[in-house]
Amino acid sequence: MTYLAKSPWIIHYDASSCNGCDIEILACLTPMYDVERFGIINTGNPKHADIFVVTGSINEANREVIQNIYNQMSDPKVVVAVGICACSGGVFRECYNVAGGIDKLIPVDVYVPGCAARPESIIDGIVTALGVLEEKRNKHVRSPMVTDHGHTHHHRHAEGGAQ
Amino acid sequence: MMEPQQITPISIGEVVTKAEQAKKDGNRLVQIGCTKIGDDFEILYVFDKDYKLTNYRITVKQADEIPSISGVYFGAFVYENEIHDLYGIHVTGINIDFKGTFYKTAIKHPFSVTIVKEDDSCQNK
Amino acid sequence: MSKQITIPFGPQHPVLPEPLHLDLVLEDEKVVDVIPTIGYVHRGLEKLVEKREYTEYVFIAERICGICSHIHGQTYVQGIEQIMGLEIPERAQYLRTIWSEYSRMHSHLLWLGLFADSMGFESVFMNSWRLREHILDDLEATTGGRVIQGVCKVGGVRKDISPEKLDEMVKGLRGIEHELQALMNVFLHDSSMQHRLKGIGVLSNDDAYYLGAVGPTARGSGIAIDLRETGYAAYGKINFKPVVEPDGDCYARCAVRAKELFTSIDIIEQCVKKIPDGPVDMKVTGAPDGEFLSRAEQPRGEVIHYIKGNGKKNLVRHRVRTPTFTNIPPLVTLLKGCELADVPVIVLSIDPCIGCAER
Repeated sequence: MTYLAKSPWIIHYDASSCNGCDIEILACLTPMYDVERFGIINTGNPKHADIFVVTGSINEANREVIQNIYNQMSDPKVVVAVGICACSGGVFRECYNVAGGIDKLIPVDVYVPGCAARPESIIDGIVTALGVLEEKRNKHVRSPMVTDHGHTHHHRHAEGGAQ
Repeated sequence: MMEPQQITPISIGEVVTKAEQAKKDGNRLVQIGCTKIGDDFEILYVFDKDYKLTNYRITVKQADEIPSISGVYFGAFVYENEIHDLYGIHVTGINIDFKGTFYKTAIKHPFSVTIVKEDDSCQNK
Repeated sequence: MSKQITIPFGPQHPVLPEPLHLDLVLEDEKVVDVIPTIGYVHRGLEKLVEKREYTEYVFIAERICGICSHIHGQTYVQGIEQIMGLEIPERAQYLRTIWSEYSRMHSHLLWLGLFADSMGFESVFMNSWRLREHILDDLEATTGGRVIQGVCKVGGVRKDISPEKLDEMVKGLRGIEHELQALMNVFLHDSSMQHRLKGIGVLSNDDAYYLGAVGPTARGSGIAIDLRETGYAAYGKINFKPVVEPDGDCYARCAVRAKELFTSIDIIEQCVKKIPDGPVDMKVTGAPDGEFLSRAEQPRGEVIHYIKGNGKKNLVRHRVRTPTFTNIPPLVTLLKGCELADVPVIVLSIDPCIGCAER
């Protein structure tokens, strides 16, 4: 493992989550689970972050926020969908204001199921994400620029970048 | 078992006077909520004093305009904006009028219509 | 007079685990106006009553919010039971009360941690959450879930707790009491905490009442509204006094929550002493026909579930008025006139739960 996987910084955004998964993510940072001992830091700045942890599903108001955060992060980057709402919409899938899982909008690398996802599963998901991060780094994967309505197009290195 | 509750029907014109009276009697505003029954919309005003509820209900059509009680209870603006955004009922004279931007919803006035959502696949693959 | 500028606060902000957006109108460092925008977590779950039967809907009610989950479920089923005229077994009432108080403790410790974090007290944050894990362990051992318990159902509860476990729970709580006390000493007596909190964000008694403040936000301003006094579940058989602080500032709201932790331990102990033997659920047939405003005390204040049924399996309407929703007008009032640097502390002092508020 290189330096990157030894100190991954995460950014967390609560799409329309019920808080259950969010407080479990915070619980991961606190003494019982203490992921900071692995060098994992929760940052508020998308440009500092390597891993984008999203809880909850997409709704009408947070669509743009998620795109903004994703686009602002620098490569390599990995997206972890935490909780069943982020994976597929969960129990709220049929709600009028819920568009579905996070993968309808941005590419998701790791899915962490659960309602609420347990801290152990979240840590497992982040560790899995480290592998993906490392692979993306080695292959110089360029992430797509995400625009509205789930359509993605490759903004940077359109002809040269590995897909 | 809890105490049974009474709901008093009133007319649109009485809303503001009833709210003023409730405030004079030392009630706090608990909530304003709307329910769609067929083509009618029932709006329920709930006040509380010493855990005793006073409930008033008006029955309106979507095209009706209802007066705001935010002049009496400042905090009423959250409920009135909500009723406007979710049900499409116009409330006149709200102190902080978001003009339909309080809730941003995928479907306009979602609670006033029947929504059929196609059963789509779980993942976008 | 200096020029006015507007700065956005949120939705993605380091101090907030959840998205809330405020437009702060500033004159120099002073906040002169605040315009809240919500909707980032709005799912529209109330409309799911059309698709879920009233018994299944308990799961949705519990997922209105992951922090106050149990009490949402409980308030919903209490409303349904009231409409259907069900007299549920007493043991179930006591168990619901015990879990409610556990939820309150976990929520308050969570909030105390976040609040300390908003002031830059990182180790206090960590310590609050360390103690919270003790509460979560008991919740998990008795219900199977850490944050979303799923034990309430129409007609009772899904799980029973053995007498041995009940005793062990009380002993465990008494065992961490001195640690809680030590932590509370920091919140209540540390000089830098007091400097950050005293006299900041003052909500007058009158404002709190007529703006609709509930829970610790109201009790911190000297208003003794505590729905537990109405005696739902087993609260009618328990002796306790609502915690009230007169000053109305951030310190008072913090003190209310800190002291309520110990009230909760007392309530749990009384419940364990009084809990009768017997079944924990009953058979339920039919469907609710009628309407009721079911009320309960959440960690954040009074919650209302308006339930209307017409004798069919699907309800006509379920409307939730959560404590944070009614605490928004007081928050707007609190922020006017404060300094920009105090905004995070004041916002957190009402314990905003956006997941609840927007549903």
